[in-house]
Amino acid sequence: MSTTKTRDLARPAAAKATPARPRRALRGSPTFNFWLFTGPFLIGLAIFVYAPILWSLWLSFFEARFTVTPDKFVGFENYTYMLTNDDFVGSLGTFTAFAAFIVPTTWALSLSLALLVNRLRFMRAFFRSVFFLPTACSYVAASLIWKMSIFSGVRFGMMNTVLGWFGVENIAWLADPSPPWYWFVIVTARLWLQSGFYMILFLAALQNIPGELYEAAAIDGAKPGWQTFRYITLPQLRATSTAVILLLLIAAYQAFDEFYNLLSKTTWGRPPLVELYYKALGESQDYGSGSAGAVILTVLICAVTLLQGKFMGFGRGEESK
Amino acid sequence: MPEVREPAPSSDKPRRAGRGGVMSSTGLYVATGVAGFFFLIPFYLLIRNALSTDAEITGENWKFFPTDIQWGNVSELFTDETVPFGQSLWNSAVVATLHTVGVLLVCSLAGYGLARIPYRHANKVFYAVLGTLMVPTAVTFVPSFVLVSSLGWVDTYRGLIIPGLFSGFTCFLFRQYFLGFPKELEEAARVDGLGYWGAYWRIVVPNSLNFFAAMATITFINGWNSFLWPLVIGQDPGSWTVQVALSNYMTNQTVVFHLIFMATAFSILPLVFVFLFLQRWLVQGIAQTGIKG
Repeated sequence: MSTTKTRDLARPAAAKATPARPRRALRGSPTFNFWLFTGPFLIGLAIFVYAPILWSLWLSFFEARFTVTPDKFVGFENYTYMLTNDDFVGSLGTFTAFAAFIVPTTWALSLSLALLVNRLRFMRAFFRSVFFLPTACSYVAASLIWKMSIFSGVRFGMMNTVLGWFGVENIAWLADPSPPWYWFVIVTARLWLQSGFYMILFLAALQNIPGELYEAAAIDGAKPGWQTFRYITLPQLRATSTAVILLLLIAAYQAFDEFYNLLSKTTWGRPPLVELYYKALGESQDYGSGSAGAVILTVLICAVTLLQGKFMGFGRGEESK
Repeated sequence: MPEVREPAPSSDKPRRAGRGGVMSSTGLYVATGVAGFFFLIPFYLLIRNALSTDAEITGENWKFFPTDIQWGNVSELFTDETVPFGQSLWNSAVVATLHTVGVLLVCSLAGYGLARIPYRHANKVFYAVLGTLMVPTAVTFVPSFVLVSSLGWVDTYRGLIIPGLFSGFTCFLFRQYFLGFPKELEEAARVDGLGYWGAYWRIVVPNSLNFFAAMATITFINGWNSFLWPLVIGQDPGSWTVQVALSNYMTNQTVVFHLIFMATAFSILPLVFVFLFLQRWLVQGIAQTGIKG
């Protein structure tokens, strides 16, 4: 962003603008321009974000099967139905277990990778790319590789072959809920896919830590390694960690792709979105209950996000800048 | 304090401390190498399976290296009538490209308006945009489907693209970026007689190409990889995107292994190119935007 470049650009532009002088009053009005810039976005937002949310809220109070313009008002019946429905409540449990596991493990793995890559002197760009490359894969592609190659439940699967060398019997990774080996498949797929992305955030933050802090710590006798990590690196990464955990939580709530593809024919291990997908768009086309479920989930997500923000002090880092 | 700093040891020592050194250099490279190996294995398996025969993929004795590379699998994938893969690849290309262009256009304009144009109620509008960030897009797929199907947009490009253009998050990121854009540049342009519109297109955009490129890369990747919405909208195989097509092959028992893996490899290929050529912007963009997220 050099200033010289912009000056060159500004001059011919100014010359061209002179003929339009008479209409300047309207063009110069901030209110007109504000709506000119934000109008298209706000109209779209109203139609494709706000309207569906409100419609969903409205639908959730009606019995709406196979129709989106229902006339039978049922009050909170859809809500009580969903909240007493074992599948839906169970899916909330699935999600909670999933989030409780995936959020800390991804945080730890991506931070470790960032610490490793940050210390490399040679091949740093190479390894950064290696860890980052899975971000290019979709959850569908990863599910396919995981399900049909690595964790295929039969003898030709890679994992079973490797385990076979150690005399371990074939494991039906995805076809059997007890023991729940499918968790291992799902968690490793997601770790592989998203760790590289968060590693980049940590790398950027690590490089912003002023070197003098470490110098000062060394003079004060802090041993390099755990002590500097515990008392300098970790506190300095606080803002990034908070943002990462929030993003991870939101991403965990949106979990759909790998569950849908890895456990397509099963009834276990369904997170809320998969449950809602089958409820609203499956055979029963129950938009009323589906909408009620979506509302419940949204309220839950807002609550967790706000709580986490309070707990971790999200936004504090912004203010101090 | 200054006196303490004086006798600081030669520059090498604190430097190493700064890098956190518990691990020796060898240990560091061994750890990174092992991690890298596990990160690369899935890619290797994908390519290996894509270029193998079915017998080799499902053989009794699984082998790490294939014995015979089947380049013919590539042409088989695109000539096989039972797998409409070319069409889905095209659909994805159209959808992801138009999605990216549309999102950048609509969200950058709105972000600029919110960041720079003085208007009495700008704050209220901004909060209305922020509010949508609280509702995860994935949760709204039921009502959105209801809306889009009542518009008759199921199975159309419109239905695949338009509802996704109005991303509160992208708009927010653009606003944050424009808040940090040097104001003097635009003021000079205003003095020279340009309106907001002219200043935006002639001064602001040309000087923000780095950020636009970063956002374009991220948006394209998200568009290409999105699954839930295309799955909901694409009911007819002719309107499937690559991700939906792959998902269908996976659950369909009759499809052959090597074709599925070849198709998956082709579904990743465009993004690997994006990664190779635009990585600088991608990393920079993620580093810039993610922290503020």
